[in-house]
Amino acid sequence: MLRNSRTERLVALVLVAPFLAIYLLAFVYPTVQMFRISFTHAPLIGAGRWVGLDNYLRLDNDPMFRRALWNTAYFVLMTVVPGTLIALLIALGVSRLKGRFQSIVLALFFLPYILPVSVVYLIWDWTLNFQFGIAMHVLDWLGIPRVPVFKSRVWFLPAVAGVTIWWTAGFSILLFLAGLRSIPAEIYEAAALDNSTRWTTFRRITWPLLWPITSLVFTIQLILQLKIFDQVYLFSIGGRPNDNMVLVYYVFQKAFQQNQGGRAAAVAVTLFVLVVVVSVLQFQLLRFAERRRR
Amino acid sequence: MNAVAAQRWNFWGGIITALTLVWAILWAFPLYWGVISSLKPDDEVVRPYIELWPETPTLENYVSALTTTQIGAWYVNSVAVAVGVTVITIFISMLCGYAISQLRFPGRIALWWLILASFMVPTSALIINHFVLVANLGLLNSWAGIMLPQLIHPVIIIVYKQFFDQVPKDFREAAVMDNASEFGILFKIYMPMNWGVTTALSIVCFIWTWNAFLWPFLSVTRTEMMTITVGITQVNDAFGVYYARQLSAAVLAGLPVALAYLFFQRRVTEAITLSAGIKG
Repeated sequence: MLRNSRTERLVALVLVAPFLAIYLLAFVYPTVQMFRISFTHAPLIGAGRWVGLDNYLRLDNDPMFRRALWNTAYFVLMTVVPGTLIALLIALGVSRLKGRFQSIVLALFFLPYILPVSVVYLIWDWTLNFQFGIAMHVLDWLGIPRVPVFKSRVWFLPAVAGVTIWWTAGFSILLFLAGLRSIPAEIYEAAALDNSTRWTTFRRITWPLLWPITSLVFTIQLILQLKIFDQVYLFSIGGRPNDNMVLVYYVFQKAFQQNQGGRAAAVAVTLFVLVVVVSVLQFQLLRFAERRRR
Repeated sequence: MNAVAAQRWNFWGGIITALTLVWAILWAFPLYWGVISSLKPDDEVVRPYIELWPETPTLENYVSALTTTQIGAWYVNSVAVAVGVTVITIFISMLCGYAISQLRFPGRIALWWLILASFMVPTSALIINHFVLVANLGLLNSWAGIMLPQLIHPVIIIVYKQFFDQVPKDFREAAVMDNASEFGILFKIYMPMNWGVTTALSIVCFIWTWNAFLWPFLSVTRTEMMTITVGITQVNDAFGVYYARQLSAAVLAGLPVALAYLFFQRRVTEAITLSAGIKG
């Protein structure tokens, strides 16, 4: 086919230009700037003195940064592993149901995921309210003393992790369901003919065939939860944010509350590198899984 | 399978189904509880026992939320920002996805890799420099300022490219024979053939933007410019907390996305699985 390559190039340029312009302005430029100011003592807005690696070296003996790192890791641990398992269990339950009934039950599990974080916050702040929350009535009834969940140092992060699992499980459930649907029914029929038990069927068929999806869900969750901020910020309102410090919160605090743009950028770069490393691992895993599927 | 084994299988199957159902109801219960509490008058909300249905259902909390907070303005802001981001993002991503899928131009491969790579960059790490950028442009406390950093969704370009790649080449060749322009081909053939994807992506893009918290929270300081997701968490009364009123504000904030999901359930789930990199 004859192609006029000059017009083609011109058209391509026009089509790509709007995206590229916004991309360069709102994505590439801020990324470059983030790295640049992390080597300066800049305030939030304005230029600062070049200090080389000073901001990074300071992180090494900054107790608040350590706490942020540790709390983030703790939070990731409490959300990603249990969250993936719970979503898998729910997906296995939901996948047995049929037709309209299935979509209603799925909707019950999925609805929280579609809601804004602030709505999730208000609902759970109310449900777990120390004075009037319905969960506290249940604790009374069980004879367990009430806990001011979001004011307690011990319970804060586990509770926020629980709420986060509740909020985001819908997404993982959806991916698991897609994975379960792609397993051919004949394999299960063959297993049933062999009188295979439910557990054996799961261990020998479902789990291995679902593995690519499981690793996908796992890494997506991992990346998402490394970036935790919203819930921790919201549930800390009127509480003690410094005890519940996480990485993005620390970036926010340094930049927006203490006006130390450079120091904040060094924390942001750390987070950036963490997420990129995990993403590269995910990408490799996916490629590996795809090659195996072929 | 013999009869006894089949019976046992069905028995346990029944138990699992029942458990799933109970679990689903418990899972959604906090949502129900939030909605029900928002329909109770102030004195009923704080009763020291559980009432699953309001004794005297009332809309007074909603009236109060609408009249004593700036929720109306927040709604307008949220709608404007979410619609703006959705329309612009879908449009520029479709154009870009089409160019990468169908046209040959220098830098095409590099652009594609750039888009794939940007998947990995956490935007929450960029908040400082987004703030500096938007402040320098004089766009803090404005719709444009809330929108700008949210316009980049590489995944939408990726999905469009995949779908455009699947359109049979014959359509394109026939159109080229008829001397149709590239824009004609895109808007008269490729776009109409992929309406389903466009609808699905638009709905989730709207939901993502509506639900965004961190950036709208940072870029807006004036109460009347807040989006609803930020507004309902930032405004408290000097005279204690009105739980029921806060919950009714939460219901109002969640309603549009919940309805969008319930109406377009299939589309939403399709778009979300697509955006995770799984072909539906």
